[in-house]
Amino acid sequence: MANKATIIAHSGDMDKIYSALIIGNGALAMGMEASIFFTFWGLQRLKKGGLEKGPLSKMNMLGLGKLLVTLKMKKTGVASLERLLQDFKELGGKILACDMTMEIMGIKREELRDDLISDYCAVGTYVNEAKDSSITLFI
Amino acid sequence: MAEIKVDCINETCPVPLVETRKALRKAKDGDIVIVTGTHPASKKEIPMAVKALGLELLDIKEDGNVWTIRIRR
Repeated sequence: MANKATIIAHSGDMDKIYSALIIGNGALAMGMEASIFFTFWGLQRLKKGGLEKGPLSKMNMLGLGKLLVTLKMKKTGVASLERLLQDFKELGGKILACDMTMEIMGIKREELRDDLISDYCAVGTYVNEAKDSSITLFI
Repeated sequence: MAEIKVDCINETCPVPLVETRKALRKAKDGDIVIVTGTHPASKKEIPMAVKALGLELLDIKEDGNVWTIRIRR
């Protein structure tokens, strides 16, 4: 079993994207390889300007809940999603975009943050990565 | 042999771990990376990462709620 973490970011909720990026960064920091496969609502967060746009998965309250949590996170010194994404790339993490989601949601490559995306792929790539991963998560 | 300082005071999960890893990647063999921070869990977890990376943990010091970890690459 390879020393690798493969994470599916299916949800686009802000708190779940935090989980995916924190775990991905943690794996890289502990010397593992890591990849995050962005699909469905998760892929929306890779649109230009879309990273911070996700609602809170619970108690979003039309954005009020998200605002309160965001303020609390700032006060606690939690890193921004953008910083976590840049750190993930810097430490050698792979960002994979689901091309089927792009087709069904009509997302074009130029709408996505192409500079961060290692590959546009489908389920075969995920399974191929996951089959020798010691950690795989669906978020 | 250089000393590389990483200041993670008042930073929380996962920043101290990530910044330590970034510094260790940039360091050359034999360099000493000195991380200071206040996040309690990172004080336990940075040594775990050092072990997983097969590097040498020199020492851990504490002064109030501030800890200092020295690692040799």
